[in-house]
Amino acid sequence: MTDRPRGDDPNSYSALDIEAEGLTVEPITQWQLFKSRFVRHRLAMLAAVVLGVILLLAVFADVLPLQNPTQQLEDEGGRIVNLLSPRGDYWFGTDELGQDVLARVIYGGRTSLTVAVLTGLMVATFGTLVGSIAGYYGGWIDTLLMRFTDLILSLPLLPVAIVAAAWLRETFQGREALSLAVLLGTLLWGTLARIVRAEFLSLREKEFVEAARAAGARDRRIIFRHILPNALSPIIVNATLVIGTAIILEAALSFLGFGVRPPEPAWGQMAANGGRLAVGGSGAWWLVLFPSVALIVTVLSVNFLGDGLRDALDPTQTIERK
Amino acid sequence: MSEPLLQVSNLRTFFSTEEGIVRAVDGLSFTIHKGEKFGVVGESGSGKSVTALSVMRLIEPPAGEIVTGEITFKGEDLLGLKDEEMRKVRGGQIAMIFQDPMTALNPVYTIGNQLIETIMLHQSVGKSAAAEIAIQALDDVHIPNPKVRMEDYPHQLSGGMRQRVMIAMGLSCDPDLLIADEPTTALDVTTQAQILDLMLVLTEERNTAVMLITHDLGVVAGFCDNIQVMYAGRLAERGTTDFIFDDTLHPYTAGLLGSMTRLDEVREERLYSIRGAPPSLIDPPNGCRFRSRCDFAKEICTRDTPLPREISEDHWVACHFAPDLDLIRVKGEPVG
Amino acid sequence: MTQDTTTRGTDPAVQMPPERLLQVENLVKNFPITKGIFFRKQIAAVQAVSDISFHIDRGETLGIVGESGCGKSTTARCVLRLLEPTSGNVWYRGEPDGDSSDAIEVIDIAAANKDQMRRLRREIQIVFQDPYASLNPRMTVASIIAEPLLVHGIGSTSDRMERVKELLKVVGLNPEHTNRYPHEFSGGQRQRIGVARALALNPSFMVLDEPVSALDVSIQAQVLNLMGDLQEEFGLTYLFIAHDLSVVRHVCDRVGVMYLGMMAEVTDRDTLYERPMHPYTHALMSAVPIPDPTVERERRRIILEGDIPSPINPPTGCRFNTRCPRAEFPRCSDDVPEMREIEPDHWVACHFPEVQKVV
Repeated sequence: MTDRPRGDDPNSYSALDIEAEGLTVEPITQWQLFKSRFVRHRLAMLAAVVLGVILLLAVFADVLPLQNPTQQLEDEGGRIVNLLSPRGDYWFGTDELGQDVLARVIYGGRTSLTVAVLTGLMVATFGTLVGSIAGYYGGWIDTLLMRFTDLILSLPLLPVAIVAAAWLRETFQGREALSLAVLLGTLLWGTLARIVRAEFLSLREKEFVEAARAAGARDRRIIFRHILPNALSPIIVNATLVIGTAIILEAALSFLGFGVRPPEPAWGQMAANGGRLAVGGSGAWWLVLFPSVALIVTVLSVNFLGDGLRDALDPTQTIERK
Repeated sequence: MSEPLLQVSNLRTFFSTEEGIVRAVDGLSFTIHKGEKFGVVGESGSGKSVTALSVMRLIEPPAGEIVTGEITFKGEDLLGLKDEEMRKVRGGQIAMIFQDPMTALNPVYTIGNQLIETIMLHQSVGKSAAAEIAIQALDDVHIPNPKVRMEDYPHQLSGGMRQRVMIAMGLSCDPDLLIADEPTTALDVTTQAQILDLMLVLTEERNTAVMLITHDLGVVAGFCDNIQVMYAGRLAERGTTDFIFDDTLHPYTAGLLGSMTRLDEVREERLYSIRGAPPSLIDPPNGCRFRSRCDFAKEICTRDTPLPREISEDHWVACHFAPDLDLIRVKGEPVG
Repeated sequence: MTQDTTTRGTDPAVQMPPERLLQVENLVKNFPITKGIFFRKQIAAVQAVSDISFHIDRGETLGIVGESGCGKSTTARCVLRLLEPTSGNVWYRGEPDGDSSDAIEVIDIAAANKDQMRRLRREIQIVFQDPYASLNPRMTVASIIAEPLLVHGIGSTSDRMERVKELLKVVGLNPEHTNRYPHEFSGGQRQRIGVARALALNPSFMVLDEPVSALDVSIQAQVLNLMGDLQEEFGLTYLFIAHDLSVVRHVCDRVGVMYLGMMAEVTDRDTLYERPMHPYTHALMSAVPIPDPTVERERRRIILEGDIPSPINPPTGCRFNTRCPRAEFPRCSDDVPEMREIEPDHWVACHFPEVQKVV
């Protein structure tokens, strides 16, 4: 044992260890890593661009040269121009009340996206909070929170929505989007809470969590620095799914008359109304098509974006997904 | 030595991953004789398990592929067999047991069920006769109350018991070769002793050849007649157990021996340690694959791949400098 | 031995010799098994550790060996208070701290309050078995190693970065690799990162929980050598948890053998390997393979019958009586054998201890 092997000498490090494994990574920041991983995810990039455009349109609807979405348009002769098919001056046509469909789709995006994003945020916050507390602390806290979650999960959506709709409207004084988001947010967090709890249950037993505890880290640091980042994938995936679900549920509730009420536009509500008219034999396909396409494109983009984010946030993910 | 049972020549098994082609086994030849206890030793990534899976033809394209090579078993070319014929060989003439018996046993069937199925697949017997054989097989591996145990599900048994069931299943069709891939690695040391003891007794009785794959030189020392040390998908050294331990020729084998702690010896000094880590098998370096960790490497090791040479009878080594290296320095003095 | 000044929270009755760092007395840890949806009631308990005692002197390495389920890891976690002991004391003598009046002298880790515990965490650290599970995959090497410093509010950001680089050098890694993630390293390198994290706070006592058993043989030697160097350089005291008796022989000064939650035998290394007295120690030792065919051919193995009984319902009397080749009934199934000092500093919990040369 005369020869002290190089890789073993505590006073010198050997580049050989690394070289042997073909690691040639230059030190790069986390943000750069995140960016490069995300950019490689082509579908997610596309989805991000599409969502960006949709969001910009919704946010800057007021400054765009659009018709008033709730104004009944008249021609020179003072007649209401209803059910015009798409044409040069009305790109998406007009509806049965003579409102401009293009303006309504863009303003409707505002309502629908507000509902969806607010619902998503509420679900992510509440579901993560309940799930992490239940999973981290366990015991009677867990029992209590999970039985409550079971209760919420067992509530039937439509009857509750119908009962709560009137009360919510009153509480939020006609802010339709907000009242709908509160309703959906309250009903949809249960699944995420369960997922997060399961993640916490398994992650809190991991040795790196024990290591943090052995270092003297407090609960808050362990939860937010160690466990939560590792539970991020399912949270992101579930939150994006909820955003999609919220947009679709807005449509369903609007169809039944419990969603966003006209004249305020929303995608689901527009598609539902248009559907009724189209079925009624008006042949006004544009009333269904444009809001539906907007809805589908948005839901798909949100889901793709979620996939991309999940992969990009995972440092172990080095392989490109095609 | 008795007649050859399994002959593998120039085996190359590659896996394609997104990062490139992994040359898991890269030009390996060896022979196992009837009734021989053949040990294959190597660290993770040395290709020892892939060798076994290749023999069993359990490498599934497109993930992995046997690129070149011949595998002859009792004079028959295994790579030329139809899938149906290979299924007969597998479990019948060549049986395999794995590190984790839980993955090899189906959790939703009783062990009796699975034993009977295996027996009926390879022997033309009826169900009740198969059950008799199964009970006998469980009794052979010293499972108490075999009749009762037949009704147990895998999760009801301990790790050691499950491995006994696997051995019973493997030996139930009286194979000529038993491939055991790290059969005791997941077990405790006293259970390991039980299982190795059992395997040795049963295979000696039946004159079954065993290919014992392990990372533990201690396990093969007491079990095997011949040992093959693998490194990075290739042969490092092969020979009788005594040759490998006492007349070590390859610096890697010597390094492994030198870095092991021993129950019967106090090593007051630091252990010898092989520096660095094994190379990536995607685009592995030219020449000798061990050279970056070798204390004896010279320029020729970068240039030329050392081919296995027979230094003395049945003692093969793939090193340019064998047998002229002073490996005692690495291996440590023999224990008196 | 009488000058022990003890601070609050300590039992003045404890008489710890000054060289003693840790003294574990009658440690018990049960894990309750509960049932029920609303009202969890305890129906049984896994008796993971049942009344064990041992001590460690400053600067030495105590090994605790045993098979899976013997309670060795649970013991380690109770000593670190990562698990709450059911009962028992874990006396620890802290580093004398010059500038603080209420410096830790002798304190019971099992009863320490939150503040005391936080101070103790700076002195006691752990290295884990699985280098893949013990590093947070979402954190860079720098943030992993700096975490203990950050948690205890030590140094500025740049001070901590300096310390991280220094520590990487100490454990034989490239100090430029601070921005990498754990998955970019091999098992051995990851274990070095874990060691660097444990060293960050300059601890005096380290629990090594099977630090090499997940590593390949050639890498094991690297890490064992590193641990030896560090002990010498920083005067560390180790509690070394292992299942491999040959590694323990190389590393430890004193060794305790555990079986099914109880301590079977504790003594210094040479006595244990030369003159083992407990029949379980004999069986365990004889089962360890030796990488030497000449020795192996001549060895006679003691093959134990059956499996380790369940710790939920352990055998009465001596827990080893169901598998012991020397058991005499009803003595061994009725009486729990007390830990007795059969010869100086050779403690054995067996009614019929007998020296048997195994290796």
